[in-house]
Amino acid sequence: MYSSAKSLIVRWIGVAGVTLGAQLTLAAPSVDEAVAAIGRPATTAEIRAWDIDVRPDFQGLPPGSGSVEDGEGIWLEKCAVCHGDFGDSNEYFSPIALGNVTEDDIESGRVEALSDPGRPRTTLMKLATLSTLWDFINRAMPWNAPKSLTPDEVYALVAYILNLEYVVDEDFVLSDENIAEAQAMMPNRNGMTREHGMWSVDGTPDVVGSDCISNCAVDVTVTSSIPDYARNAHGNLRDQMSPYGPFRGINTAGDEDASAAALPVNESAASPDDLLAQYGCVGCHQLDSKMVGPAFNEVMAKYAGRDDAIGYLSGKIRSGGSGVWGSMQMPPMPQVTEDDAARIAAWLATE
Amino acid sequence: MDSTDRISRSQRGQLQAAPESFLQPELISEISQHGVDKRRRGLLMSALATAGAVASGVLNAADDPEIVNVPEWSRMLGKGVASPAYGQPSKYETHVTRRQSPGLTQTTQASVSFSPLQHMFGIITASGLHFERHHQGWVDIDPRRHRFMINGLVKTPMVFTLEELMRLPSVSRIHFVECGANTGMEWGNSAVPTVQYTHGMLSCSEFTGVPLSLLLDMAGYDKERARVILAEGADGSSNSRTINIENALDDVFVAYGMNGEMIRPENGYPLRLITPGLQGVSSVKWLRRVEVGDQPYATKDESVHYVDLMPDGLQRQYSSIQEAKSVITNPSGGQKLLSHGYYNITGLAWSGRGTVKKVEVSVDGGRNWREARIDGPVLPKALTRFNFDWVWDGSEALLQSRVTDSTGYIQPSKPELREVRGTRSLYHNNAIQTWKVAASGEVANVQLG
Repeated sequence: MYSSAKSLIVRWIGVAGVTLGAQLTLAAPSVDEAVAAIGRPATTAEIRAWDIDVRPDFQGLPPGSGSVEDGEGIWLEKCAVCHGDFGDSNEYFSPIALGNVTEDDIESGRVEALSDPGRPRTTLMKLATLSTLWDFINRAMPWNAPKSLTPDEVYALVAYILNLEYVVDEDFVLSDENIAEAQAMMPNRNGMTREHGMWSVDGTPDVVGSDCISNCAVDVTVTSSIPDYARNAHGNLRDQMSPYGPFRGINTAGDEDASAAALPVNESAASPDDLLAQYGCVGCHQLDSKMVGPAFNEVMAKYAGRDDAIGYLSGKIRSGGSGVWGSMQMPPMPQVTEDDAARIAAWLATE
Repeated sequence: MDSTDRISRSQRGQLQAAPESFLQPELISEISQHGVDKRRRGLLMSALATAGAVASGVLNAADDPEIVNVPEWSRMLGKGVASPAYGQPSKYETHVTRRQSPGLTQTTQASVSFSPLQHMFGIITASGLHFERHHQGWVDIDPRRHRFMINGLVKTPMVFTLEELMRLPSVSRIHFVECGANTGMEWGNSAVPTVQYTHGMLSCSEFTGVPLSLLLDMAGYDKERARVILAEGADGSSNSRTINIENALDDVFVAYGMNGEMIRPENGYPLRLITPGLQGVSSVKWLRRVEVGDQPYATKDESVHYVDLMPDGLQRQYSSIQEAKSVITNPSGGQKLLSHGYYNITGLAWSGRGTVKKVEVSVDGGRNWREARIDGPVLPKALTRFNFDWVWDGSEALLQSRVTDSTGYIQPSKPELREVRGTRSLYHNNAIQTWKVAASGEVANVQLG
């Protein structure tokens, strides 16, 4: 084990000289030994607490039992809110059962309706292995309280679900003793295939594209596009693209004013109402009439266009001043950050 | 050639002025011929005001006020260090976010958010933009209380704390993570408008962690009987997946790092599996346990979901590998080209079986192809960036990209893929994407043939 750990380290890290152990005293452990000393054996109770998976051959299934009738009670209390009373709801999740399974399906182990594009796919149509239901309900359900069900409750719920498509009768009691018999009736138990190239690293792809590079015989007719009525279904695409650079978003809201509003907003030129309120500026200044201090419009008229306006006004905001607009002092406002002062000043200097 | 000529020339073929192109060519031409009178000055001032300029009144028509009037950020004291202590994108980048596709799912906890591929540069996805797929909501696990267990067909079932895992020899690898359902809405027809929704269940990061092969070896896995591993999460769903032992021993690793920091909670903090080249659901997040087994586990997300329905009604189970795929990210659906002329078409290519060998681009719907420039690193099972020079003459164009990977596999067209797999497979749609550029400059998601 030590030597193979070492070879793995060498392979992954690509360090040729991981031979520190040889250079140390005999008493010191080698790198491999030191690595192997990290971690500890899991206890039996720890494994029991976490090793909850149930395989298709039912390895891992705890003993227990539950009836369709018991399952119905638990279902109505804990499951129906999402899945509907009969597992037919499509409101939150795909339906579990819609009556699309026939007796012939249960006989053959292939659900015929899966081949019909007009039929929605349900859990019981797709599922080949009963262990999957048990395992999933046990580990993940109910939605907002996973791992809170007892094994008997899980058995009962699985029995109830099987009864939704009449795979088992309503007086059925599912247990670890008879679950293999229930598996033998799973409607789509023969409906899976591993005959494809996407499992093994060396698998062979089923579809490979053409290597044609010129005058290729392809049909370039547009056969599908997003219909006009759905242009805005994902929100206004204008706002999902960059407002600068070579590609802009299409305004799909059909509102040209909205298009203009989405142009890159230079905040320093926009009215900094939030800052004026936050710092209490509006206690002394109004937009267009003199109060304690001059109107913002007066300040704008005086400084707009002056080269040093932003720097000058930022300084006045933070340091205060007097004598420019009368005898009333402008108190220093050091609590206004330099950035915010610059934004207010830029606004004043721009109008 | 004076500056006015230059501007006029660059404006040729203009479909729509960029908002920051504040002066219309007509006005420039008029002013250059007749000078500035009262009316033209009014137009000029209004244009300058629109541009947010500080108009001094002494500008020449061709002068950009953003240059002539030195901007305020050049004339102010900037912010100090560590403000904020954890950096954020510019306030001008609020359009760059993950997004949900309306109506795709009914809950946000069992749902998807898509990466904005149209805003991505290079091959690394910003961690905060990595796509999300949760099966029962995301959790934020206390790293001091997290444990990782290996059991099953091993000599010694083992437990590791995060401290112990982080002491072990580590590797950093750049890999894509792509959901098996990426582009799943597009099997039958064009369903979603932008590359964010067509291909955004795709991200690429540098992950750091411990090779699973080392951990399996430390536990003494049964080399004779091991065929698969089961990976299981610590979240409410305890989402679990069967992974081929070949992959597990090859390049799968147990990761805690992502793009230079700990993995984000939405992406599996503090520990997740990284299964390079396999569909994203196999890279189990919030990883708590790996079990070595001799047969597949048929978990919910490899029995009810993540099975590929074929036209004959059979479902392909354990379809894990993400075959080679590429997509043009700019220009792409929902965008608009503002003018004719040069464009750098750019996009991403990747393969779950190896490296990208070649990317070709067609601007006529696949009739003719030219090779794109591969830019930056070409890494196994990682996104690869490509660029392509294109001069748009203003006529309708059908943009496509096609990747060939290191195994010689060539990305198929939609008709080629549908011919074999029909339209209801949902998973593993790696067909060539088509963006139609209309004469108006608008780009739309379309399907051909």
